[in-house]
Amino acid sequence: MTTGSYPEPGPAAALDGNAVGGLLIELFGTEMTAALGTCATCGARRPLAETAVYLRAPGAVMRCRSCQSLLIVVARVRALNCVDLTGLAALDAPAGRAVPA
Amino acid sequence: MAGTALRGRLTWLTGTVRDVTQETPTVRTIVLDLTGWPGHEAGQHLDVRLTAEDGYTAERSYSIASAPGEPVAITVQRLDDGEVSPYLTDELRPGDELEVRGPIGGYFVWTGAGAEVGGRPLMLVAGGSGIVPLRAMLRHRERIGSKVPTRLLYSARSLPEVIYRAELDSYGRDGVQVIYTLTRSQPPGWAGYSGRIDARLLAEVSWPAGDDPATFVCGPTPFVEAAANGLVAIGYPATQVKTERFGATGR
Repeated sequence: MTTGSYPEPGPAAALDGNAVGGLLIELFGTEMTAALGTCATCGARRPLAETAVYLRAPGAVMRCRSCQSLLIVVARVRALNCVDLTGLAALDAPAGRAVPA
Repeated sequence: MAGTALRGRLTWLTGTVRDVTQETPTVRTIVLDLTGWPGHEAGQHLDVRLTAEDGYTAERSYSIASAPGEPVAITVQRLDDGEVSPYLTDELRPGDELEVRGPIGGYFVWTGAGAEVGGRPLMLVAGGSGIVPLRAMLRHRERIGSKVPTRLLYSARSLPEVIYRAELDSYGRDGVQVIYTLTRSQPPGWAGYSGRIDARLLAEVSWPAGDDPATFVCGPTPFVEAAANGLVAIGYPATQVKTERFGATGR
């Protein structure tokens, strides 16, 4: 995977997953900021709200706050959202909430 | 499929500005009449969409400033080079229309569940306009009659830049302690704090970690990093500190 074109991770520039709550609802059809994402690189399992989010990219880049690996990349191509979830080992509904259908 | 509202989807709604309040010289609260709003929780945000005559659109997220059950309100800080905020703070008038969608977010939310007597205390840490979603939580706490011990640590550059100051000071009678730190300039005789938020200040004013406080930190990214790291340094479990960051282009 080529990562050179993505903004370099830097805490000062990053927002967090709350900032893409609306985009995530567009993609998944439900609230996802409290969903738990497991990083495929380091195994950290945290709410998507806590990811480091970069919106200056052409699209949205969500990185693991523990190891800075890419978790989710969303690129909007014309009217289509292209979503890369390969950085996630798992994506789970928060405790006490059913997994969205 | 026109007019078909899909369950679970965000739908753009056209609201009407009911009222505007100037909070500080650069910050304004906008109250909306919104038909079809599904209701919200304290801490959630919404998206605003502006459309120019040529069809160009710009979207921004703003924290909801009002409590659940109150009319939807947002509080907007004017960014001089902003594409959206100067319109909202300078141009928008009562009666004007505004497109919004929401509510958004399920993580940075205080529902008030467990906020009865003996419930977890509330620890709120705000930087600048990061006060907005925390103010919704304070109003919600009051509306549901919760007495959970609550502390708000609010970092602002100066006293005139404190948003909702009169309202925040009025909470003192009700088990809410509001602690200001003014980082750039202080009025003569200021007896409050004047330093940036760090572990030392947090250790002085926060609930002990052992009280298991529900903790919310909101502000610009560098502020949130400093405050969250400080709370972890004084023993707060990282998983218990809920954070929301905004940047110059966001809330």
